[in-house]
Amino acid sequence: MKRAFLRVLPQLLTLAALIALVTLFFPQFLSVDYQAGRLSGPVIDVLKRGAPVALLAVGMTLVIATRGIDLSVGTVMAITGAVAAWTISAGWGVGAAIILALAAGIACGVWNGCLVAIFGIQPIVATLILMTSGRGIAQLITEGRILTFTDPAFAWLGSGTLLGIPVPTILWIVAAIATVVLMRRTALGLLVEAIGINRAASALAGVNASVLLIAVYMASGLCAALAGIIATADIRGADANNAGLWLELDAILAVVIGGNSLLGGRFSVAASVLGAMIIQTIDTGILLAGFPSEYNLVIKAALVLVILVLQSPNLADHWHFVRENVRRRREPEPSPDVKS
Amino acid sequence: MNVNPRLYPLLATIGIFVVAYLVCWIQFPYMLSTRVAGNLLTDNAYLGIVAVGMTVVILSGGIDLSVGSVIAFSGVFIAVLLRDTPLHPLIVFGLLLLVTTAFGAAMGWIIHVLAMPAFIVTLAGMFLARGASYMLTISSVPIQHPFYDLLKDAYWLMPGGGRFTLIGVVMLISVAGGAIVAHRTRFGTGVFALGGGEQTARLMGVRVGPTTMGIYAFSGFMAGLSGIVFSIYTGSGYPLATVGTELTAIAAVVIGGTLLTGGAGYVLGTLFGVLTMGLIQTYIVFDGTLSSWWTKIVIGVLLLLFILLQKGLVRATAIRA
Amino acid sequence: MLLSIRDLSKSFPGTRALDGVDFDLRAGEVHALLGENGAGKSTLIKCLTGAYRRDAGEIRLDGEKISPSSTSEAQELGIGTVYQEVNLLPNLTVAQNLTFGREPRRFGMVDGKAQRELAREMLDGYGLDIDVGRDLGAYSVAVRQIVAIARAVALSGKVLILDEPTASLDAAEVRMLFDVIRDLRDRGLGIIFVSHFLDQVFALCDRLTVLRNGRKITTETTADLDRVKLIEHMLGHELDRASEEAATTDSVADDRPELLRFEGIGRAGVVEPFDLTIRKGEVIGLAGLLGSGRTETAELMFGVRTPQTGKTRDADGPVSHATPREAIAAGFGFAPEDRKTHGIIADLSVRENIILAMQAHRGWTRPIPRAEQDAIAEDYIAKLDIRTSDADKPVGDLSGGNQQKVVLARWLAMNPRYLILDEPTRGIDVGAHAEILRLIQEITEEGMSILVISSELDELIAVVDRVIVLRDRKHMRELTGEEVATDAIVRAIASSDHAPDAARDHAR
Repeated sequence: MKRAFLRVLPQLLTLAALIALVTLFFPQFLSVDYQAGRLSGPVIDVLKRGAPVALLAVGMTLVIATRGIDLSVGTVMAITGAVAAWTISAGWGVGAAIILALAAGIACGVWNGCLVAIFGIQPIVATLILMTSGRGIAQLITEGRILTFTDPAFAWLGSGTLLGIPVPTILWIVAAIATVVLMRRTALGLLVEAIGINRAASALAGVNASVLLIAVYMASGLCAALAGIIATADIRGADANNAGLWLELDAILAVVIGGNSLLGGRFSVAASVLGAMIIQTIDTGILLAGFPSEYNLVIKAALVLVILVLQSPNLADHWHFVRENVRRRREPEPSPDVKS
Repeated sequence: MNVNPRLYPLLATIGIFVVAYLVCWIQFPYMLSTRVAGNLLTDNAYLGIVAVGMTVVILSGGIDLSVGSVIAFSGVFIAVLLRDTPLHPLIVFGLLLLVTTAFGAAMGWIIHVLAMPAFIVTLAGMFLARGASYMLTISSVPIQHPFYDLLKDAYWLMPGGGRFTLIGVVMLISVAGGAIVAHRTRFGTGVFALGGGEQTARLMGVRVGPTTMGIYAFSGFMAGLSGIVFSIYTGSGYPLATVGTELTAIAAVVIGGTLLTGGAGYVLGTLFGVLTMGLIQTYIVFDGTLSSWWTKIVIGVLLLLFILLQKGLVRATAIRA
Repeated sequence: MLLSIRDLSKSFPGTRALDGVDFDLRAGEVHALLGENGAGKSTLIKCLTGAYRRDAGEIRLDGEKISPSSTSEAQELGIGTVYQEVNLLPNLTVAQNLTFGREPRRFGMVDGKAQRELAREMLDGYGLDIDVGRDLGAYSVAVRQIVAIARAVALSGKVLILDEPTASLDAAEVRMLFDVIRDLRDRGLGIIFVSHFLDQVFALCDRLTVLRNGRKITTETTADLDRVKLIEHMLGHELDRASEEAATTDSVADDRPELLRFEGIGRAGVVEPFDLTIRKGEVIGLAGLLGSGRTETAELMFGVRTPQTGKTRDADGPVSHATPREAIAAGFGFAPEDRKTHGIIADLSVRENIILAMQAHRGWTRPIPRAEQDAIAEDYIAKLDIRTSDADKPVGDLSGGNQQKVVLARWLAMNPRYLILDEPTRGIDVGAHAEILRLIQEITEEGMSILVISSELDELIAVVDRVIVLRDRKHMRELTGEEVATDAIVRAIASSDHAPDAARDHAR
């Protein structure tokens, strides 16, 4: 427990500092109202708007833990959103819409997973295919229009509340907790980390790496499907062009902010969703604090840079090198270089 | 004399383009006119230029996600500078190319020094360039300058009424220039060497740091040039423009027969990759009944096809070895 | 003397890779550098080529002290190296590879025609008739080796180091390569030839130097040395002392019940089909020089490589071991030679490494409860005396010997019936050596059967009941009872019914 807390401490501190900073500029940031059976306020807004990225980050964390990456999640959101909207407009009901959308997400994940695990294509290349062509598939389903619907039950998934809390918020929190439980209460987490760190050695220890790889891409597809459902339900329509656009990059960023190495291995889903909340707090905070939203991307870029420096494998070497040089300078060279 | 196997992907690309053009021609004889050909060049000029830079990056085994944002930044930079300062466009162009080249070089430097994946570093670059263009302006800024009108209307009327525009010429020159850099310089050999394996390249004497910086600087330069061409093409600078162009460029490079893992490919192939993608779009416009989303799906299928083809080729050579 | 090395030493944390090594190379000789894995050959070469910085000692080239700090500096000084694998770029053309870094240029551009011309000139005299405009990757390994040699000679021209150049060549290719090497020798180059094929060493080399455990054992003229003597130098045993130990080996093996029977297991280019019967509680040794097919035999048994021929049976019927998972299900275990890349999962804790195979076997839905994990880990940490501050320390932080024990613990926790240990004591300090050997003894008393692969004959005969001797990817002899002694093993390894034909086919 203590270990788990220490793991997410940097993210918690960052988030706290950000909240303090935003509150400085916008004092009402932390105020929460309860009106007409629903909570409202900037914090609640952050928790709700951050839902898609948080959901994507959950799946992305698992993929990145295996040394992979899933560029297609934004597109999968568009596909699953289109599937859900199409099912609703076809009059098949909410249940069918959800099931078909989730199934579509899983199918996308299986496709990516097979390309990676069976055909041995690099993850970035394999998922690029779906990323570029997937929006075409989504448009095929929506026939190029923004497919709107008026189904209050489905819309509730995007804009409704449960016990005063926005449904998207509940969904991402439940998904994150479910994933943590699934990973840590079963052996999945350990096996995923093992293949991310050393696939060859894991295979020799009897870990079924191919099946696990397909499974993590499936999980990523499933999370993207949930995010797609939320996004579609929120605007009561499927926008094949813009749903989830560039969210894969935010999701990767969230995972990286969560301190998960892009080189695979140890992962923390909790830290990743905190990373997603950090991103959303920046987004919302900049707006509320009255800064032009143009700064948003520049701040993100700076964040990525800072994290890169912290994660760089070379950094440790550089320190080592500096110390080594100091030591060398103090002692004379064992044999002076002779060079013509 | 039999054909060098390294040419197979390039020949496949050219073959697909020729067959696709034939199919188009049979259905719509008008497709084989200088008008269509001229438009194909003009409409895809900015993409072709940026794809040349991307080809060099991918040949080295890297990737540059920042180019779409850099193109948008270029347009905004030009538009704002022309609006707010009395500088001549040519001076603005020079300044811009300096900025984008330095930007690329800086990314290359970070990739090398931090030993981090190019993917994530250029992702930061993508945010930065897009953010910088937002900071210059958030709305579309029209470019009004007599010199721009001159550039826009510069074309050579081909027999048959087609327009061979200046920006089309710039693209073809870029392709030729890129081909020389990649295939006819020591720097280019270093790029291929890096793509073949950094460790071996180092053993053979490639200076990895300067080469990496050079590669991304070249890509930055091409993105800047593409931005200039795009601003001439659209006559404005808009910070939300060319979102996702980096992916289209990567797709064009792969369909052009370059190995996405680096080390093999031709700049000329990229030209055909771009033209093939443009052709698909033109066909859909001509057809009128087909919807535009088919473009994306067909491009996706082509991508998959080429990736599998390359995988197969790599495996075949590996078995032979 | 072209090249002379005096008192060269190099240490890495935990090991002394080179310890006061002397080495001389004359112009116009081929000098073999021999030794098992870990003997210090590659460290010596890396010190010579500037890849490593030596700790002490001096290197003189043509009488001048040198201390190259990079491969390219070594190249400029005149020391060129051709490695077995990482050499040239298969995705560039032959001409580009040959002229890399000094391409002829016209108007600042590489002149393709002149480049090919130059490349053809460089290849002149090597007996190759190839199209230099083609990708290097399109040619066979032998051609690539010769191209690499041509480049190294053109660039350096004094000392040529060939590191395992024949490892993946067939007979005709080896002959072609040897012609090239002899020709270069006659042109006055000093050539260092690293190989584990003794036949080739005898056929090609004028002198040889044997390294063992970072020390120089001897330098001899090849013509004056017989094969048995050489293998003794390499494996490090005095015959009479070892023969005494042999007497202590018990030979009760025959009445133990049969556990497994491998029949005709083999794979083309890996190991020729072999038969092997394993009895319950038996320790079998695999002896042979590096590259003789020892590790490959283990890999076929554990499904790391799928056997193409043969079948395996136990008392209950056929046993399938085409993949590691099947092998594990059949009750096999395998501690591979290269711990770092194939054994440990460095970032996982000691506990997680120990329970990994067990967990993978149980399936992800049935996690081993944490309390049980802790108990298993603590149990094995105590039993195998794994020195770690606690069970949750990343295994990568442990010393080599303790990492090896963790891998052993992983398999012991599975309680396999048949455990394969590939070089279990490699790179481990002397104290841990003895412990691992003691462990092997203990395990078998509980009825487990073990196959041990080791280059250390002393260790091998100390623990095994039977020894299978391999040579050239083929199981040659089985030694039992009295025969399990170093001299018999050395003779079996050395027996050279085929010695005259140095360039015999090494069974691709």
